[in-house]
Amino acid sequence: MSSVLVVLASFLASSVEMVEALTIVLAVGLTHGWRTALIGVVSALLALAVVVAVLGQSIADINLQVLQITIGVLLLIFGLQWLRKAILRASGLKAKHDEAKIFETEMKELERIPVANDVLDWTGFVVSFKGVFLEGLEVAFIVFTFGANEGEWGLSAAGALLAFIVVGAIGALVHRPLARVPENAIKFAVGLLLVSFGTFWGGEGVGIEWTLEDAMIPLLAVIYAGVAFGLVQYLKQPAPAALAVVAEGAEG
Amino acid sequence: MKYLVGFGRFWWDFIVGDSILLAVGAPLGLLAGYGLSKGDYSTVAEILFPVIVVLTLIASLRVKR
Repeated sequence: MSSVLVVLASFLASSVEMVEALTIVLAVGLTHGWRTALIGVVSALLALAVVVAVLGQSIADINLQVLQITIGVLLLIFGLQWLRKAILRASGLKAKHDEAKIFETEMKELERIPVANDVLDWTGFVVSFKGVFLEGLEVAFIVFTFGANEGEWGLSAAGALLAFIVVGAIGALVHRPLARVPENAIKFAVGLLLVSFGTFWGGEGVGIEWTLEDAMIPLLAVIYAGVAFGLVQYLKQPAPAALAVVAEGAEG
Repeated sequence: MKYLVGFGRFWWDFIVGDSILLAVGAPLGLLAGYGLSKGDYSTVAEILFPVIVVLTLIASLRVKR
């Protein structure tokens, strides 16, 4: 493989992983705040740096499947929770956003929780951290794999670095326009994305060989979106076809 | 102790949230996927796993006619 091809292959493979991480970071940033999302990113990058420095080439021996299952199942559960709430809100069975009620609930929570705990939104942090850490680990695999196969560590790492710069720039450009989209629409989309990623990673972890490989993620998102919109339409139907839905629970 | 309780509450809220069905259905779907892929039915798992996810979502809406 020529030098250009090593850089290109590493760049493209790393870009795919980084775009996946960026999607999750954008989702967290838009819903849980950019500070939380970025702290998750920085923490994950630091953790990755430590892992790579300590393990070096033996990083390829880490059991990626266990990580995929753990992260996949958590994303799946978390995404389904969001999607459920978004469906209930879109169908009018749950208040779209009662700011006063949320404020009151938050105040009660804050009175109960020690001051140090409100410095960071832990849910957002965990999701952002997990997404960047898993994808970063996969990028590290790619760099080590290409480097080991071609004996071109520098070029392989350069391809990954280039992907980081390009994908990072895209993220910086798109986060402002996205912030103007209505909140429930964002939460709907985020729920769909998390469920799609969770299905893909979790499935890969337990040994499912996705025929379309990474292209399965957008396909899953489309399928889940179709189901979710169908459910919204169904739940919007008036009585007697209307459904009695118990939609109590925490606001999210 | 207070921090342990807080830590436990965070994970309970994170995993269970409003519907325990979601916390149970998702791992069950994965378990089914694991069983099928181990039994050389990866293609079936590829279809069945997302179907279980969808069914879990519908069940979590606690629909009653």
